[in-house]
Amino acid sequence: MTAEPGTTAAPPLSLAQEVARARRRRRIVFLRRLLGHPSFLIGFVILLAFVMTALLADWLAPYGPTRIHFRAILAPPSADHWLGTDGFGRDILSRIIHGTRVSLRIGIFVVLFTGILGTILGTLASYISWLDGLIMRGLDGLMAFPGVLLAIALAAALGPSETNAIIALTVTFTPRTARIVRASVIVVQQMQYIEAARAVGAGHGRIVFRYILANALSPLIVQLTFVFAVSIIAEAILSFLGVGPPPPAPSLGNIIADGRTYIQEAWWITVFPGLVIAVAVLGLNLMGDGLRDVIDPRQHSTRDTGGR
Amino acid sequence: MTAFLIRRLLSAIPVLFVVTLVTFLIMWLVPGDITAEIAGPDATAAELAAIRERLGLDRPIWVRALAWYGDLFRGDLGYSYLLNRPVVEAVLERLPVTLSLTALALTLATAMGMLLGILAAVRHNTAVDQGAMVTALIGLSIPDFWLGVVLIILFGVWLGWLPTGGFVPLAEDPVGWARSMALPAFTLAVTQMGVIARMTRSAMLDVLSQDYIRTARAKGMRRRTVIFRHGLRNAMIPIVTVVGVITGVLLSGAVVIETVFSLPGVGRLIIGAIQRRDFPIIQGGLLVTACVFVFVNILVDMLYAWFDPRVRNDR
Repeated sequence: MTAEPGTTAAPPLSLAQEVARARRRRRIVFLRRLLGHPSFLIGFVILLAFVMTALLADWLAPYGPTRIHFRAILAPPSADHWLGTDGFGRDILSRIIHGTRVSLRIGIFVVLFTGILGTILGTLASYISWLDGLIMRGLDGLMAFPGVLLAIALAAALGPSETNAIIALTVTFTPRTARIVRASVIVVQQMQYIEAARAVGAGHGRIVFRYILANALSPLIVQLTFVFAVSIIAEAILSFLGVGPPPPAPSLGNIIADGRTYIQEAWWITVFPGLVIAVAVLGLNLMGDGLRDVIDPRQHSTRDTGGR
Repeated sequence: MTAFLIRRLLSAIPVLFVVTLVTFLIMWLVPGDITAEIAGPDATAAELAAIRERLGLDRPIWVRALAWYGDLFRGDLGYSYLLNRPVVEAVLERLPVTLSLTALALTLATAMGMLLGILAAVRHNTAVDQGAMVTALIGLSIPDFWLGVVLIILFGVWLGWLPTGGFVPLAEDPVGWARSMALPAFTLAVTQMGVIARMTRSAMLDVLSQDYIRTARAKGMRRRTVIFRHGLRNAMIPIVTVVGVITGVLLSGAVVIETVFSLPGVGRLIIGAIQRRDFPIIQGGLLVTACVFVFVNILVDMLYAWFDPRVRNDR
């Protein structure tokens, strides 16, 4: 008798072990499919480069982001200043490299808070029926403010700072996220395994966290990659309008805002930070598309861009 | 259809209630003494007292909320001390520019996006398809206000073909108006074209794989007739939905783009008010824009019901 390799010495598995093993195998298949998806891979590499730039900014930047070079005011791109300098003689490349930190921080916190708040509100709405109407009408009202207009007004009222930008963007992006969570929780609630869990006596907490949320998670993750992308653009818009993180500390948005005064003589101040934003956002969009394809191959690459 | 319209209008009431409440509460978020902000730096003590009295800042918040709603029902959005005129007047005067910019951009985005989407669907899985989708994705990823500045540098500063900003009223000089609106409208359209292109492509692909399309082809109909008469017409519903979403994005995009191109719309009014800390104008501009968007959404739903009778009779 020849046993298959790998199973020879294995003791008989209990059901729980068997389930855990199947789960692990499924996870590996999922990761392999994800990394084999060209858009996801390209997007992931771009995001990784962006994150590394932000983390290693102190080592990567050739100069300090606020250091003034008196001899090189509005200098065009050259060997000394690869991307030129601004009206104060500050090195644009160094400012962009440090500016990615602000974008990344804002993106991460907005994604985190939007994800948490969206999950809480979406689950409450779908799980407790008398709250549903109340929560959904409130969210509908918030979504009636077009695009990032609400964020602009909130940031203007609260005052220009990074924290306030995060608050303003979280308020703006949470409603759509909560709606997506609610929609997928409602679908999962009607699954037979939820009924089964209830039948074997699982409590509300266990059902919500272990079964419902775990199975309703994927649309949320896809949505959050897009929230991340829109947050980076929104930071730039807020800074451009003067209600984002304030100068002299660089952010991708306020470098572009600085450049507006000099469009006649120094195009490089405007052009380069915008390119960096576009590439980062492209990467996140590619990742989101890839994730959606792998999670739900039936759905085509359509996307709801709420809120720009 | 009338019943549907009435139902839809009724459902807008709670939305408008939340919109007005949020707009009211934004004022309350401002840290520090808002009276000094509203009156401007040159205000005398007597003026400050008058404003405080008028806004009722010494009264509890729910009394102020009641007063806010009372004023709203009379069509009064407050008074701008910095512009020295009622907010409603200032906002409504600027609205046409914003609306025409949004409409122009929407038309452009829909035309370009649908063309790109149809092309991609018809040439599914070819280089044309991929090229169209990459174009759409790049459009989606570009920050619109930045594209505006870059286009100003390119066409205004370097080539000198178009003005770098400023506005010419349509009634005064149609050619000048078109020249002043061309870049802003194109800028806004590029970023949203991608959304429409992607939706058009997927909707068309769904429809084109249906049996009736094969039947139409089999009975010898011309390819173009099949694509447009049978394909596109049935793909319109999801496309209309996206157009609704996009209108909101374009409306808020217009706010920013007006500032980039110095167009005298509501957006530039709001942004100017933010810089001057003129809160009544910020509130008024925000409220009016949100109401326009609510109205547009009702319009889109009507269009939707017109394309798909099932929506009308649902519920």
